[in-house]
Amino acid sequence: MSTLTVNNLSCQKGYNNLFEEISFVLNSGDILRVSGSNGSGKTSLLKILAGISTSESGNIYFNKNSVGSTEYQKNIFYLGHLPALSSELYCQENLDYLLQLNGNNTNLYNEALSKVGLKGFEKEYTGNLSAGQKRRVVLATLYTTQSKIWLLDEPFTALDTAGIKSLEKQIMKHCESDGICIFTSHQDTKLPNPRVLEL
Amino acid sequence: MALRKPSSFLNPLLFFIVSISLFPLAISPESHTLTNIGPGIVWVACMLSVLLSLNALFHYDYENGVLEQIVISSHSLPLILLAKITAHWLLTGLPIILLSPLIGVMLFMDIDSIYVLILTLLLATPSLSLIGTIGASLIVGIKNSGMLLSLLILPLYIPILIFATSAVSQTQFELSISGQLYFLATILLMSLMTSPFISSIALKISLD
Repeated sequence: MSTLTVNNLSCQKGYNNLFEEISFVLNSGDILRVSGSNGSGKTSLLKILAGISTSESGNIYFNKNSVGSTEYQKNIFYLGHLPALSSELYCQENLDYLLQLNGNNTNLYNEALSKVGLKGFEKEYTGNLSAGQKRRVVLATLYTTQSKIWLLDEPFTALDTAGIKSLEKQIMKHCESDGICIFTSHQDTKLPNPRVLEL
Repeated sequence: MALRKPSSFLNPLLFFIVSISLFPLAISPESHTLTNIGPGIVWVACMLSVLLSLNALFHYDYENGVLEQIVISSHSLPLILLAKITAHWLLTGLPIILLSPLIGVMLFMDIDSIYVLILTLLLATPSLSLIGTIGASLIVGIKNSGMLLSLLILPLYIPILIFATSAVSQTQFELSISGQLYFLATILLMSLMTSPFISSIALKISLD
Protein backbone atom coordinates (compact mmCIF):
# COMPACT_ATOMS: atom_id res chain seq x y z
CA MET A 1 0.00 0.00 0.00
CA SER A 2 1.44 3.35 -1.09
CA THR A 3 0.45 6.63 0.56
CA LEU A 4 0.85 10.23 -0.53
CA THR A 5 0.64 12.55 2.47
CA VAL A 6 0.25 16.30 2.12
CA ASN A 7 0.41 18.39 5.32
CA ASN A 8 -0.52 22.08 5.71
CA LEU A 9 0.51 23.15 2.24
CA SER A 10 0.37 26.89 1.54
CA CYS A 11 1.18 28.74 -1.64
CA GLN A 12 1.69 32.43 -2.27
CA LYS A 13 2.30 34.12 -5.63
CA GLY A 14 3.37 37.73 -5.27
CA TYR A 15 1.04 39.23 -2.66
CA ASN A 16 -1.75 36.69 -3.33
CA ASN A 17 -2.37 33.71 -1.12
CA LEU A 18 -3.49 31.04 -3.58
CA PHE A 19 -4.29 28.45 -0.92
CA GLU A 20 -3.51 27.94 2.74
CA GLU A 21 -2.97 24.89 4.95
CA ILE A 22 -4.16 22.21 2.53
CA SER A 23 -3.89 18.68 3.91
CA PHE A 24 -4.92 15.35 2.43
CA VAL A 25 -3.87 11.71 2.33
CA LEU A 26 -4.20 9.58 -0.79
CA ASN A 27 -3.80 5.83 -0.77
CA SER A 28 -3.22 3.40 -3.63
CA GLY A 29 -6.17 3.43 -5.99
CA ASP A 30 -7.35 6.96 -5.12
CA ILE A 31 -8.25 9.55 -7.72
CA LEU A 32 -8.27 13.21 -6.69
CA ARG A 33 -9.84 15.88 -8.82
CA VAL A 34 -8.58 19.39 -8.04
CA SER A 35 -11.18 21.93 -9.05
CA GLY A 36 -11.54 25.67 -8.78
CA SER A 37 -11.87 28.76 -10.89
CA ASN A 38 -9.08 30.15 -13.07
CA GLY A 39 -6.22 31.44 -10.95
CA SER A 40 -7.25 29.50 -7.85
CA GLY A 41 -3.91 27.63 -7.72
CA LYS A 42 -4.65 24.24 -9.33
CA THR A 43 -1.56 24.27 -11.53
CA SER A 44 0.55 25.67 -8.67
CA LEU A 45 -0.56 22.79 -6.43
CA LEU A 46 0.36 20.22 -9.06
CA LYS A 47 3.72 21.91 -9.66
CA ILE A 48 4.46 21.84 -5.93
CA LEU A 49 3.51 18.15 -5.76
CA ALA A 50 5.75 17.47 -8.77
CA GLY A 51 8.72 19.24 -7.17
CA ILE A 52 8.93 22.04 -9.76
CA SER A 53 7.84 24.80 -7.36
CA THR A 54 8.27 25.15 -3.63
CA SER A 55 5.49 25.84 -1.15
CA GLU A 56 5.47 28.59 1.48
CA SER A 57 4.91 26.01 4.18
CA GLY A 58 3.97 22.39 4.69
CA ASN A 59 5.44 19.08 3.62
CA ILE A 60 4.77 16.28 1.15
CA TYR A 61 5.70 12.62 1.56
CA PHE A 62 5.27 9.53 -0.56
CA ASN A 63 5.83 6.49 1.66
CA LYS A 64 8.05 8.59 3.98
CA ASN A 65 10.12 9.93 1.06
CA SER A 66 9.88 13.70 0.89
CA VAL A 67 9.42 15.70 -2.29
CA GLY A 68 12.73 16.18 -4.09
CA SER A 69 14.20 12.86 -2.96
CA THR A 70 15.20 10.40 -5.70
CA GLU A 71 12.64 7.83 -4.56
CA TYR A 72 9.81 10.42 -4.58
CA GLN A 73 10.73 11.85 -7.99
CA LYS A 74 10.98 8.35 -9.47
CA ASN A 75 7.33 7.82 -8.58
CA ILE A 76 6.08 11.07 -10.10
CA PHE A 77 4.73 11.45 -13.59
CA TYR A 78 3.79 15.07 -14.30
CA LEU A 79 1.93 16.29 -17.34
CA GLY A 80 1.64 20.07 -17.48
CA HIS A 81 0.05 22.53 -19.88
CA LEU A 82 3.06 22.44 -22.18
CA PRO A 83 3.55 19.43 -24.46
CA ALA A 84 7.07 18.55 -23.15
CA LEU A 85 8.10 17.52 -26.67
CA SER A 86 11.02 18.76 -28.76
CA SER A 87 9.84 19.52 -32.28
CA GLU A 88 13.19 18.42 -33.77
CA LEU A 89 12.82 14.89 -32.40
CA TYR A 90 10.72 11.99 -33.71
CA CYS A 91 7.69 10.89 -31.65
CA GLN A 92 9.57 7.74 -30.68
CA GLU A 93 12.68 9.69 -29.60
CA ASN A 94 10.60 12.12 -27.55
CA LEU A 95 8.89 9.26 -25.73
CA ASP A 96 12.19 7.53 -25.11
CA TYR A 97 13.69 10.75 -23.69
CA LEU A 98 10.68 11.44 -21.44
CA LEU A 99 10.70 7.89 -20.10
CA GLN A 100 14.43 7.90 -19.47
CA LEU A 101 14.14 11.20 -17.58
CA ASN A 102 11.44 9.46 -15.59
CA GLY A 103 13.82 6.62 -14.74
CA ASN A 104 12.02 4.06 -16.92
CA ASN A 105 14.01 2.03 -19.39
CA THR A 106 11.60 0.56 -21.86
CA ASN A 107 11.33 -0.09 -25.57
CA LEU A 108 7.56 -0.34 -25.54
CA TYR A 109 7.02 3.09 -27.07
CA ASN A 110 5.88 1.69 -30.44
CA GLU A 111 3.15 -0.21 -28.63
CA ALA A 112 2.27 2.86 -26.54
CA LEU A 113 1.99 5.03 -29.66
CA SER A 114 -0.38 2.56 -31.30
CA LYS A 115 -2.51 2.56 -28.13
CA VAL A 116 -3.06 6.30 -28.45
CA GLY A 117 -3.90 5.94 -32.13
CA LEU A 118 -0.56 7.10 -33.49
CA LYS A 119 0.65 3.89 -35.11
CA GLY A 120 2.96 4.72 -37.99
CA PHE A 121 3.93 8.07 -36.47
CA GLU A 122 7.07 6.70 -34.78
CA LYS A 123 9.44 8.42 -37.23
CA GLU A 124 7.39 11.61 -37.55
CA TYR A 125 8.76 14.89 -36.19
CA THR A 126 6.52 16.10 -33.38
CA GLY A 127 6.78 19.59 -34.84
CA ASN A 128 4.59 18.36 -37.72
CA LEU A 129 1.78 17.12 -35.45
CA SER A 130 -1.42 18.90 -34.43
CA ALA A 131 -2.03 20.02 -30.81
CA GLY A 132 -4.24 16.98 -30.13
CA GLN A 133 -1.70 14.59 -31.63
CA LYS A 134 1.08 16.13 -29.55
CA ARG A 135 -1.06 15.61 -26.46
CA ARG A 136 -1.53 11.98 -27.46
CA VAL A 137 2.23 11.47 -27.80
CA VAL A 138 2.76 12.67 -24.22
CA LEU A 139 -0.18 10.60 -23.00
CA ALA A 140 1.47 7.54 -24.59
CA THR A 141 4.00 7.72 -21.74
CA LEU A 142 1.14 6.82 -19.38
CA TYR A 143 1.03 3.38 -21.04
CA THR A 144 4.65 2.68 -20.27
CA THR A 145 5.62 4.61 -17.14
CA GLN A 146 6.02 2.75 -13.88
CA SER A 147 5.53 5.88 -11.76
CA LYS A 148 2.91 5.47 -9.03
CA ILE A 149 1.64 9.06 -8.82
CA TRP A 150 0.21 10.71 -11.89
CA LEU A 151 -0.17 14.49 -11.79
CA LEU A 152 -2.19 15.51 -14.81
CA ASP A 153 -2.90 19.18 -15.43
CA GLU A 154 -5.92 19.53 -17.73
CA PRO A 155 -5.18 16.18 -19.42
CA PHE A 156 -8.38 16.17 -21.51
CA THR A 157 -7.61 19.46 -23.26
CA ALA A 158 -7.29 19.18 -27.07
CA LEU A 159 -8.37 15.52 -27.07
CA ASP A 160 -11.26 14.19 -29.16
CA THR A 161 -14.03 12.00 -27.65
CA ALA A 162 -12.19 8.74 -28.36
CA GLY A 163 -9.02 10.16 -26.83
CA ILE A 164 -10.87 11.25 -23.66
CA LYS A 165 -12.44 7.77 -23.27
CA SER A 166 -9.09 6.08 -23.77
CA LEU A 167 -7.43 8.34 -21.19
CA GLU A 168 -10.19 7.78 -18.62
CA LYS A 169 -9.78 4.03 -19.12
CA GLN A 170 -6.03 4.29 -18.64
CA ILE A 171 -6.43 6.34 -15.43
CA MET A 172 -8.85 3.73 -14.03
CA LYS A 173 -6.47 0.92 -14.99
CA HIS A 174 -3.59 2.72 -13.26
CA CYS A 175 -5.59 3.19 -10.06
CA GLU A 176 -6.78 -0.43 -10.11
CA SER A 177 -3.12 -1.47 -10.11
CA ASP A 178 -2.39 0.52 -6.91
CA GLY A 179 -1.56 3.85 -8.55
CA ILE A 180 -2.63 7.34 -7.47
CA CYS A 181 -3.94 9.99 -9.85
CA ILE A 182 -4.37 13.72 -9.19
CA PHE A 183 -5.81 15.73 -12.04
CA THR A 184 -7.33 19.11 -12.78
CA SER A 185 -10.11 19.53 -15.31
CA HIS A 186 -12.89 21.93 -16.20
CA GLN A 187 -14.65 19.18 -18.13
CA ASP A 188 -17.00 16.52 -16.75
CA THR A 189 -15.38 13.13 -16.61
CA LYS A 190 -16.70 9.61 -16.30
CA LEU A 191 -14.09 8.57 -13.75
CA PRO A 192 -15.76 6.61 -10.91
CA ASN A 193 -16.19 8.64 -7.69
CA PRO A 194 -13.07 10.76 -7.67
CA ARG A 195 -12.36 12.65 -4.46
CA VAL A 196 -12.66 16.39 -5.02
CA LEU A 197 -10.43 19.13 -3.64
CA GLU A 198 -11.98 22.55 -4.08
CA LEU A 199 -9.52 25.47 -4.13
CA MET B 1 19.30 17.28 -32.41
CA ALA B 2 21.66 20.09 -33.40
CA LEU B 3 22.28 18.38 -36.76
CA ARG B 4 18.54 18.60 -37.44
CA LYS B 5 18.68 22.30 -36.61
CA PRO B 6 22.12 23.36 -37.95
CA SER B 7 21.50 27.07 -37.29
CA SER B 8 21.99 26.41 -33.56
CA PHE B 9 25.73 25.77 -34.03
CA LEU B 10 26.40 27.34 -37.43
CA ASN B 11 25.26 30.85 -36.43
CA PRO B 12 27.85 31.34 -33.63
CA LEU B 13 30.56 29.83 -35.85
CA LEU B 14 29.73 32.11 -38.76
CA PHE B 15 29.65 35.07 -36.37
CA PHE B 16 33.14 34.09 -35.18
CA ILE B 17 34.57 33.93 -38.72
CA VAL B 18 32.81 37.03 -40.05
CA SER B 19 33.66 39.25 -37.06
CA ILE B 20 37.37 38.30 -37.24
CA SER B 21 37.51 38.87 -40.99
CA LEU B 22 36.21 42.42 -40.49
CA PHE B 23 39.21 43.55 -38.39
CA PRO B 24 41.81 43.50 -41.21
CA LEU B 25 39.40 45.59 -43.29
CA ALA B 26 38.65 48.07 -40.51
CA ILE B 27 42.08 48.50 -38.87
CA SER B 28 44.90 47.47 -41.18
CA PRO B 29 45.72 44.48 -43.40
CA GLU B 30 49.43 44.81 -42.53
CA SER B 31 50.96 41.69 -41.05
CA HIS B 32 52.75 43.50 -38.21
CA THR B 33 49.52 45.11 -36.89
CA LEU B 34 47.49 41.93 -37.25
CA THR B 35 50.12 39.82 -35.47
CA ASN B 36 50.00 42.19 -32.50
CA ILE B 37 46.21 42.41 -32.17
CA GLY B 38 45.46 38.88 -33.45
CA PRO B 39 45.19 37.08 -30.06
CA GLY B 40 42.84 39.75 -28.71
CA ILE B 41 40.64 39.64 -31.82
CA VAL B 42 40.34 35.85 -31.76
CA TRP B 43 39.52 35.73 -28.06
CA VAL B 44 36.97 38.56 -28.09
CA ALA B 45 35.24 37.01 -31.12
CA CYS B 46 35.29 33.61 -29.42
CA MET B 47 33.66 34.99 -26.25
CA LEU B 48 30.99 36.88 -28.14
CA SER B 49 30.11 33.87 -30.30
CA VAL B 50 29.82 31.65 -27.19
CA LEU B 51 27.66 34.33 -25.60
CA LEU B 52 25.49 34.40 -28.71
CA SER B 53 24.84 30.67 -28.42
CA LEU B 54 24.04 30.72 -24.69
CA ASN B 55 20.61 32.28 -25.16
CA ALA B 56 19.37 29.12 -26.83
CA LEU B 57 20.82 26.74 -24.24
CA PHE B 58 17.62 26.41 -22.20
CA HIS B 59 15.24 28.55 -24.25
CA TYR B 60 13.59 25.84 -26.37
CA ASP B 61 13.44 23.34 -23.50
CA TYR B 62 11.71 26.02 -21.40
CA GLU B 63 9.25 26.97 -24.13
CA ASN B 64 8.10 23.43 -24.81
CA GLY B 65 8.03 22.18 -21.21
CA VAL B 66 10.95 19.74 -21.45
CA LEU B 67 12.86 21.78 -18.86
CA GLU B 68 10.17 21.05 -16.25
CA GLN B 69 10.58 17.34 -16.95
CA ILE B 70 14.37 17.66 -16.60
CA VAL B 71 14.05 19.46 -13.25
CA ILE B 72 11.67 16.85 -11.76
CA SER B 73 13.63 13.92 -13.15
CA SER B 74 14.84 11.36 -10.63
CA HIS B 75 18.33 11.65 -12.13
CA SER B 76 20.87 14.09 -10.71
CA LEU B 77 20.15 17.56 -12.14
CA PRO B 78 23.82 18.73 -11.99
CA LEU B 79 24.78 15.61 -13.98
CA ILE B 80 22.15 16.31 -16.66
CA LEU B 81 23.38 19.91 -16.83
CA LEU B 82 26.98 18.73 -17.17
CA ALA B 83 25.86 16.63 -20.16
CA LYS B 84 24.14 19.69 -21.64
CA ILE B 85 27.25 21.83 -21.06
CA THR B 86 29.43 19.18 -22.75
CA ALA B 87 27.08 19.17 -25.75
CA HIS B 88 27.21 22.98 -25.84
CA TRP B 89 31.03 22.95 -25.84
CA LEU B 90 31.14 20.30 -28.58
CA LEU B 91 28.92 22.49 -30.76
CA THR B 92 30.49 25.90 -30.04
CA GLY B 93 33.93 25.60 -28.41
CA LEU B 94 35.25 22.67 -30.43
CA PRO B 95 34.46 24.09 -33.91
CA ILE B 96 36.22 27.32 -32.89
CA ILE B 97 39.30 25.34 -31.77
CA LEU B 98 39.31 23.40 -35.05
CA LEU B 99 39.11 26.65 -37.04
CA SER B 100 41.68 28.53 -34.97
CA PRO B 101 44.83 27.39 -36.91
CA LEU B 102 43.26 28.76 -40.09
CA ILE B 103 42.32 32.01 -38.34
CA GLY B 104 45.86 32.22 -36.91
CA VAL B 105 47.39 31.97 -40.40
CA MET B 106 44.90 34.58 -41.65
CA LEU B 107 46.12 36.97 -38.93
CA PHE B 108 49.82 36.28 -39.73
CA MET B 109 50.50 34.58 -36.37
CA ASP B 110 53.62 32.37 -36.17
CA ILE B 111 53.45 28.63 -35.54
CA ASP B 112 54.29 28.89 -31.80
CA SER B 113 51.57 31.51 -31.24
CA ILE B 114 49.02 29.37 -33.10
CA TYR B 115 49.99 26.41 -30.95
CA VAL B 116 49.52 28.45 -27.76
CA LEU B 117 46.27 29.92 -29.10
CA ILE B 118 44.91 26.37 -29.55
CA LEU B 119 46.13 25.45 -26.08
CA THR B 120 44.41 28.45 -24.45
CA LEU B 121 41.22 27.75 -26.40
CA LEU B 122 41.32 24.11 -25.30
CA LEU B 123 41.80 25.13 -21.67
CA ALA B 124 39.35 28.01 -21.58
CA THR B 125 36.44 27.40 -23.98
CA PRO B 126 35.00 24.73 -21.62
CA SER B 127 35.11 27.40 -18.88
CA LEU B 128 33.16 29.77 -21.15
CA SER B 129 30.41 27.13 -21.53
CA LEU B 130 30.45 26.28 -17.82
CA ILE B 131 30.30 29.88 -16.58
CA GLY B 132 27.83 30.82 -19.30
CA THR B 133 25.43 28.08 -18.19
CA ILE B 134 25.06 29.79 -14.81
CA GLY B 135 23.92 32.98 -16.54
CA ALA B 136 21.68 31.11 -18.98
CA SER B 137 19.94 29.26 -16.15
CA LEU B 138 19.39 32.53 -14.25
CA ILE B 139 17.62 34.22 -17.16
CA VAL B 140 15.36 31.29 -18.14
CA GLY B 141 11.83 32.60 -18.57
CA ILE B 142 12.83 36.26 -18.93
CA LYS B 143 11.91 37.63 -22.33
CA ASN B 144 14.47 39.58 -24.44
CA SER B 145 17.17 38.79 -21.91
CA GLY B 146 20.17 38.90 -24.29
CA MET B 147 21.53 42.14 -22.84
CA LEU B 148 21.00 40.92 -19.26
CA LEU B 149 22.96 37.76 -20.06
CA SER B 150 25.85 39.83 -21.43
CA LEU B 151 25.87 42.01 -18.33
CA LEU B 152 25.88 38.95 -16.07
CA ILE B 153 28.43 36.88 -17.90
CA LEU B 154 30.96 39.18 -19.60
CA PRO B 155 32.50 40.44 -16.31
CA LEU B 156 33.08 36.80 -15.33
CA TYR B 157 34.80 36.16 -18.68
CA ILE B 158 37.31 39.00 -18.21
CA PRO B 159 39.94 36.97 -16.24
CA ILE B 160 39.88 34.31 -18.97
CA LEU B 161 40.30 37.00 -21.65
CA ILE B 162 43.25 38.58 -19.81
CA PHE B 163 45.17 35.35 -19.15
CA ALA B 164 44.46 33.78 -22.56
CA THR B 165 45.44 36.81 -24.66
CA SER B 166 48.45 37.51 -22.47
CA ALA B 167 49.66 33.90 -22.95
CA VAL B 168 49.47 34.17 -26.75
CA SER B 169 51.04 37.66 -26.80
CA GLN B 170 53.92 36.62 -24.53
CA THR B 171 54.70 33.68 -26.81
CA GLN B 172 55.43 36.20 -29.56
CA PHE B 173 58.14 37.69 -27.27
CA GLU B 174 59.36 34.20 -26.25
CA LEU B 175 58.44 34.74 -22.59
CA SER B 176 57.22 32.06 -20.17
CA ILE B 177 53.47 31.43 -20.27
CA SER B 178 53.13 28.74 -17.60
CA GLY B 179 51.57 31.19 -15.09
CA GLN B 180 48.75 32.12 -17.47
CA LEU B 181 48.11 28.49 -18.34
CA TYR B 182 47.97 27.53 -14.66
CA PHE B 183 45.42 30.30 -14.07
CA LEU B 184 43.28 29.12 -17.01
CA ALA B 185 43.46 25.53 -15.74
CA THR B 186 42.45 26.70 -12.25
CA ILE B 187 39.46 28.61 -13.64
CA LEU B 188 38.47 25.49 -15.61
CA LEU B 189 38.66 23.24 -12.57
CA MET B 190 36.80 25.68 -10.35
CA SER B 191 34.03 26.23 -12.88
CA LEU B 192 33.80 22.48 -13.54
CA MET B 193 33.34 21.80 -9.84
CA THR B 194 30.83 24.55 -9.14
CA SER B 195 28.93 25.48 -12.31
CA PRO B 196 26.64 22.39 -12.61
CA PHE B 197 25.56 22.79 -8.98
CA ILE B 198 25.03 26.57 -9.10
CA SER B 199 23.21 26.24 -12.44
CA SER B 200 20.86 23.58 -11.08
CA ILE B 201 19.95 25.81 -8.13
CA ALA B 202 19.48 28.81 -10.45
CA LEU B 203 17.31 26.75 -12.78
CA LYS B 204 15.05 25.64 -9.94
CA ILE B 205 14.69 29.24 -8.76
CA SER B 206 13.89 30.41 -12.31
CA LEU B 207 11.16 27.78 -12.75
CA ASP B 208 9.65 28.32 -9.30
